[in-house]
Amino acid sequence: MAPVLELRNITKRFPGVLANDHISFTLEAHEIHALLGENGAGKSTLMNILYGLYQPDEGEIIVRGQPVQIHSPNDAIKAGIGMVHQHFMLVPVLTVTENVMLGDEMLTGGIFLDRRSAAQRIRDISKRYGLEVDPDAYVKDLPVGVQQRVEIIKLLFRNADILILDEPTAVLTPQEVNDLFKVIRSLVDQGKSLIFITHKLKEVLATADRITVLRAGRVVGSTTPAETSEAALAAMMVGREVSLEVDKAEPQLGEVVLSVEHLEVLDERLNVAVDDVTFDVRAGEILGIAGVQGNGQTELVEAITGLRKPISGHIRILGHDVTHATPRRITELGVAHVPEDRQRDGLVLSYPVADNIALQEYYKPPFAKGAVIDERAIQREAAALIQRFDVRTPSVHTPAGSLSGGNQQKVIVARELSRPIRLLVASQPTRGLDVGSIEYIHKQIVHKRDEGAAVLLVSPELDEILALSDRIAVMYRGRVAAIVDAEVATKEYLGLLMAGAEPTSVPTPERRHKRVEVVT
Amino acid sequence: MAETVLKEIIPPVTEVQRAPLWRRIWEAVQLPALALFTAFVVGGFIIALSDFKVLEALADTISRLNPLGYALLILTVMVLIGGVLISRRPEVILRRLRFAGTGRQSRWFNIIAVLLTIAAVIVLLVVIGFGPVLALAWSAVTGAYGALIEGSLGNPAQIVTALQSGDSRAIALAFYPISESLVASTPYIFAGLAVALGFRCGLFNIGAEGQLFIGALTSVFVGYSVTGLPAILHIPLALGAGALGGALWGFVPGFLKARVGAHEVINTIMMNYIAFRLSEWLLNGPMKRPGAVPVSPFIEASAQLPRFFPDPIRFHLGFFIALGVAVFIWWFLFKSKWGFEIRTVGANPSAARYAGMNIALNIILAMSMSGALAGLAGANEVLGVNYNLANAFSSGYGFDSIALALLGRSHPFGVVLAALLFGTLRSGGTRMQNVAQIPIDIIIVVQALVIAFIAAPGIIRAIYRIVKPGEGEVVFTRGWGR
Repeated sequence: MAPVLELRNITKRFPGVLANDHISFTLEAHEIHALLGENGAGKSTLMNILYGLYQPDEGEIIVRGQPVQIHSPNDAIKAGIGMVHQHFMLVPVLTVTENVMLGDEMLTGGIFLDRRSAAQRIRDISKRYGLEVDPDAYVKDLPVGVQQRVEIIKLLFRNADILILDEPTAVLTPQEVNDLFKVIRSLVDQGKSLIFITHKLKEVLATADRITVLRAGRVVGSTTPAETSEAALAAMMVGREVSLEVDKAEPQLGEVVLSVEHLEVLDERLNVAVDDVTFDVRAGEILGIAGVQGNGQTELVEAITGLRKPISGHIRILGHDVTHATPRRITELGVAHVPEDRQRDGLVLSYPVADNIALQEYYKPPFAKGAVIDERAIQREAAALIQRFDVRTPSVHTPAGSLSGGNQQKVIVARELSRPIRLLVASQPTRGLDVGSIEYIHKQIVHKRDEGAAVLLVSPELDEILALSDRIAVMYRGRVAAIVDAEVATKEYLGLLMAGAEPTSVPTPERRHKRVEVVT
Repeated sequence: MAETVLKEIIPPVTEVQRAPLWRRIWEAVQLPALALFTAFVVGGFIIALSDFKVLEALADTISRLNPLGYALLILTVMVLIGGVLISRRPEVILRRLRFAGTGRQSRWFNIIAVLLTIAAVIVLLVVIGFGPVLALAWSAVTGAYGALIEGSLGNPAQIVTALQSGDSRAIALAFYPISESLVASTPYIFAGLAVALGFRCGLFNIGAEGQLFIGALTSVFVGYSVTGLPAILHIPLALGAGALGGALWGFVPGFLKARVGAHEVINTIMMNYIAFRLSEWLLNGPMKRPGAVPVSPFIEASAQLPRFFPDPIRFHLGFFIALGVAVFIWWFLFKSKWGFEIRTVGANPSAARYAGMNIALNIILAMSMSGALAGLAGANEVLGVNYNLANAFSSGYGFDSIALALLGRSHPFGVVLAALLFGTLRSGGTRMQNVAQIPIDIIIVVQALVIAFIAAPGIIRAIYRIVKPGEGEVVFTRGWGR
């Protein structure tokens, strides 16, 4: 049988970049085909071409044996191609039915919206594919996982039979991920074909029928889960052997560096985002904060680093009360902060790399002599750090905005970790980074811990939390649901807590291996 | 809506990549220079088409066209369109002609294509019988621009004969236009620096005009009310008073922005009105010189900025003070840690906060300094040119300076160059009006076109086929609130 979709020799050039270099790709009927690659490998460009947002410079798209020209998302939908974007395109104040109808309205008498038949069709679709959703619910009231189902229903409503899911698991809890995989399977069983874009190796191995790996705009290879392994896929993506395990010794615990007591913090809309949170972090340990994004982690980190004022509770760093201290004072106590949104908070994208390296310490020697900034000293230091932290940049004068995401993050890590620090607050330090950069940044964080710094690591990626942490706190709706020893934590256990299960109702798992007590 | 417009006209404050110096200067200057050139070309068409004689000749020629003439006219239009189309896609055509179609080849091909098109169109128009119209239009445009140049820079022949004669009066008259251009440029430098400094901090100071009025008021007050001081003290005191007055007028919107998030665009506009009406009241009341006209008393001789040449040459010390201030602002912005903070707050306030900078303080500092610079522009006019203060004395220096800061890409040295240009246009425009009977408004049209082209660099890039440089992060003034 002919493939439902075939891309032949797709080439797309941007000024100075060959984003897609003669990419050929086939999607068979009833197939889940994973498209795997690092950031900047060309996955998004390829899918945007398929979805009509870009025009290819060369190559052709063949759908069910017919060459097609796709100039807009409307053409794509007509060809039966639908895409669920990483960021959902839903209107929160409308109901599920209204959202699904948007742009493809069913009318009675040519004027009136036929909500009833539309809702009926949604019910049929959700029954058929196991996509449980209430057509009359308002989207703003739905959990993220259900919103994603609405996005999928939108495509099925428009009779798409080639579905593209762009990083669909990034915003889901582990349980929601499992649900999604069931849905995906049922879609394929009922005749749909699916392209699944991701950079998470485990998910690919668990769900895909076939895997195509892109690197630097080219197809490096196609394989199946049976024939490959995580390590082999990682090596294909990065182009060299990558260590996925983090080697770390037992923690050498020291004094309490960060102490948070009964902390309460509001978010922008004045809702309680951090609710009575208490924990300590000691020198020489990594405390991981797990939790689905948006459960108060951002506000917690901002309160600790002085960017947001708590309404009650205390934060102490090395015994100093810094509950209401300025960011500058907190930094000067020896706190390094790798912010969650590196482009918004961590870097001035229009500034050269050198000035970004000096961003925290520009005002004191050796970077400033009196009121005068010493550009030479800044450039010298930047050049040294670029070497040490392996930042790939043409020069220290290159604007930070023109570096890749991984190298931007390395600039921040270089700046924050090169200082003598007592506490490292790292918020999603590897978000959106490729496997190679993740490996590097993990090593640096563990290295700081072994030097005796306290580390607070916030990440929604359970793999990252489990790989790095000595203890793990799970945040759910602003509260710390539980703090557990990393050695007794399993993914399932943490996943249940992240989804809001009562810690007492969840059986604590067995210790995975015996802990060696270290006397300090 | 207003916000979108603002976003569009504020230039990206990109930090310069460390290419060789000449390269960086060329990259910084090429767009403004081409925008200026294009504006003058369009301005030339407007001059020609608004000239009565040209229009008359045009109507006359068209009325006498025969069918062959019409056919040729259509051909001309087709040649024009063809020429434009060819010059749009030189690579394609070159490849058809079996050339490699490299950048350099297409550039030359393009230049030749454009020149040939212009030549062909002119030849065809002459053949049809539009020759006299073209000649009239040409003389109108050259006459106008000639008068503009002569009025702003002087007549070279006159300068040479004056120098040969050695007559000091003749020399003074020969150099009078240049002197006037520099005198007009001086307040532009101050006010342009004021707006540019605001842009660097992400602030849109529309209030330069009001700050300039307040600066003029405070400095003229110190100028006439303080007596018995030597010039060496009186001049700095009066200038300082002007800067302080302007700083106060900038401080208020800066403080409101930093503390309660009130948008500086609105508040600086409002402060302008307060300044205008305040100065009217003062000049009609407390500060009024005895007599019928609402004018302040003359300042003491000790407060006057010294002039270097006998009358009528008004060139005065203020010009050099302005250059000195420009150098200081450059140092302040790019070499001092305060400037680093201001620029960081402008480029990315979140990152500035993350790095421990005090955003509120920097906004207040930038607005106050911006106001002080605009105040100096007013002080300079009062102490160097007018020696007193009359109603509505500024005629828009503060508003022009917004355009000028854009043209100078918010860089102190760019601002100086743009100010020299604006000063020259302003003083030359008067002459153009007198000699060539071209209304001075054409200068305003040209200035407006320059700004339109700078605000929409895509137009200039498309016309001259300039490849967009590596995109830096674009910095705008930000939305409402903090």
